[in-house]
Amino acid sequence: MESTVFAARPHVVGTENTVDQAPAAPVEEILTTVLANDSINDEYKHLIVTASPKALTAKPGQFFHWLCPSPDEGDLWLRRPQSIYVVDKERQRLEFLYKCVGRGTNGAATLKPGDTFNMVGPLGVGFSMEPGWKNVVVLGRGVGLATLAPISQLIAENGIGATVILSARSPDLAMSGDLFEKAGAEVITVTDTDGTSAVENVEAIIEQRVADNRADAFFTCGSNRLFMLMKRLGKKHNVPGQVAMEQIMACGLGPCYVCVRTFEIDGVKTLKRVCIEGPVFDMQEAMGW
Amino acid sequence: MVDLSVKIGSFEMTNPVMPASGTFSPEMEQVMDINRLGATLTKTISRELRDGNPPPRVAEVECGMINCIGLPGKGIEYFLENQIPDYLRFSPPLIVSITSTIHEDFAAMAREVTVPGVKALEINISCPTRDPNGGNFALHADETAETVRLVRAATDLPIFVKLSPNAGDIVSIARAAEEAGADALTVANTILSMRIDTHSFRPSLGHKVGGMSGPAVKPIILRMVYQISKAVSIPIIGCGGIVKAEDVVEYMLAGASAVQVGYASFRNPTAMVSIIEDLEEWCDKRGIARVADLTGAVQDDMETDTYIAAAAGI
Repeated sequence: MESTVFAARPHVVGTENTVDQAPAAPVEEILTTVLANDSINDEYKHLIVTASPKALTAKPGQFFHWLCPSPDEGDLWLRRPQSIYVVDKERQRLEFLYKCVGRGTNGAATLKPGDTFNMVGPLGVGFSMEPGWKNVVVLGRGVGLATLAPISQLIAENGIGATVILSARSPDLAMSGDLFEKAGAEVITVTDTDGTSAVENVEAIIEQRVADNRADAFFTCGSNRLFMLMKRLGKKHNVPGQVAMEQIMACGLGPCYVCVRTFEIDGVKTLKRVCIEGPVFDMQEAMGW
Repeated sequence: MVDLSVKIGSFEMTNPVMPASGTFSPEMEQVMDINRLGATLTKTISRELRDGNPPPRVAEVECGMINCIGLPGKGIEYFLENQIPDYLRFSPPLIVSITSTIHEDFAAMAREVTVPGVKALEINISCPTRDPNGGNFALHADETAETVRLVRAATDLPIFVKLSPNAGDIVSIARAAEEAGADALTVANTILSMRIDTHSFRPSLGHKVGGMSGPAVKPIILRMVYQISKAVSIPIIGCGGIVKAEDVVEYMLAGASAVQVGYASFRNPTAMVSIIEDLEEWCDKRGIARVADLTGAVQDDMETDTYIAAAAGI
């Protein structure tokens, strides 16, 4: 009778015989099945899992809290937040594009098709589009490119045009361009290798879109340098903006107050929780990426 | 049918499971049915607005985590006006956790939060990162007694005193709290600890040190519950590393009347409800009709003669 198992009742995706403890709750702990987990370059992997109806309500910019397998002989004791890459309602799948950087993501990297993977979600406040916006500018770099990718779904659904600037060290790391191109966006890749990723060049591209009246809103994630640029241009031209933020996290649901970042609202500094008040925040209120 | 109800003195619960302070808020309704809990318990309230400690506020360690949140909150006025009504949307009895760095203010806060709907107070005199003479009163028997005595005089609500595992002799602190008028003891807060990042050579926590929780601390806190239960006659609420029903059973056998769950909810957000269900099943299979009968039921009449004990097989 002595059990060493953690008390938990994750909803096993695709089965009818697991009981939903709280049907009215928008978030659940699910046991997904891994369909694919392939490397797309030296640093990033693309995970595809089965999803429950509740998980499929995920909005662009929301995240799931992963209970990663261990990459070593030890165990992992906290979950890892991971933003959604694609919500595929038709095939009832979730896709994630993640960078292998620590024990959590290196553990996730060991997942193989057929493995089960426990996650909690959908969590947090995602990106939003306001009626009246006709053209937006999306600027991302590194891991931010994966987080910004679901904006392609938002612009397609809302018939909004977009200029998408993908910044990367080299062309093979400029991800998510295909998703934005399918959504009809103009995709511009800037890289360190050819020098086009310099702030002055990116600034000129954005300034041109503002001059052409094709910048009703800004979106960014993945680089403090690019965030500061976009925040400055947003303030200069009075363009509203949204930024997706990160922080070390514990509960993922609000109560623990681990994942705070600093924001400035009307000249007053305040702390907000990335998990429940974000991860997407007003660009002018954020102090740094 | 198993009777899961328990009492902490006059405080009645439909089951022995409640959240540990700081790991729960009404925001948990995003993922769970809060009405299943034995009680609800607020994050610790301070009089003033507090930002809390610089991040990082959590570090993962083997079998648990260290936190240094630093008791952030919007202050007592905001709490009374906005947060109490939010908690009272749910049916389990509400326990309010309060703290202060000054004995007299502790009592004043107790008086101010004694409002309709609040069924008990937990006084947090054991935040591990606070000064022993400024809020972390549970490191000393005289400081503990002084706080409890003043709070006792300020409210008629049951007072649960949250003890510190960092005290040199926690049993003497427990006795001091009982003598000063505590109705129950929460055993215990987190264990002061540290992690250093071997890549950066820097502490992993913004506050450098923090309080450890999770399964790693359970054997330590269980021992404290056991020793304290032998020394006091007031009820004990066990708190430390519970992740499954058998852990609840262990704490109750050691002398706890109820338990608090913290870390487990971070790993599995509906862990408390799962533990309640598993506890009922565990009792049912063992033919235990009342879970309350487990309290203090440890069979500790061990053989004291080493030769006789070692003569028997395993």
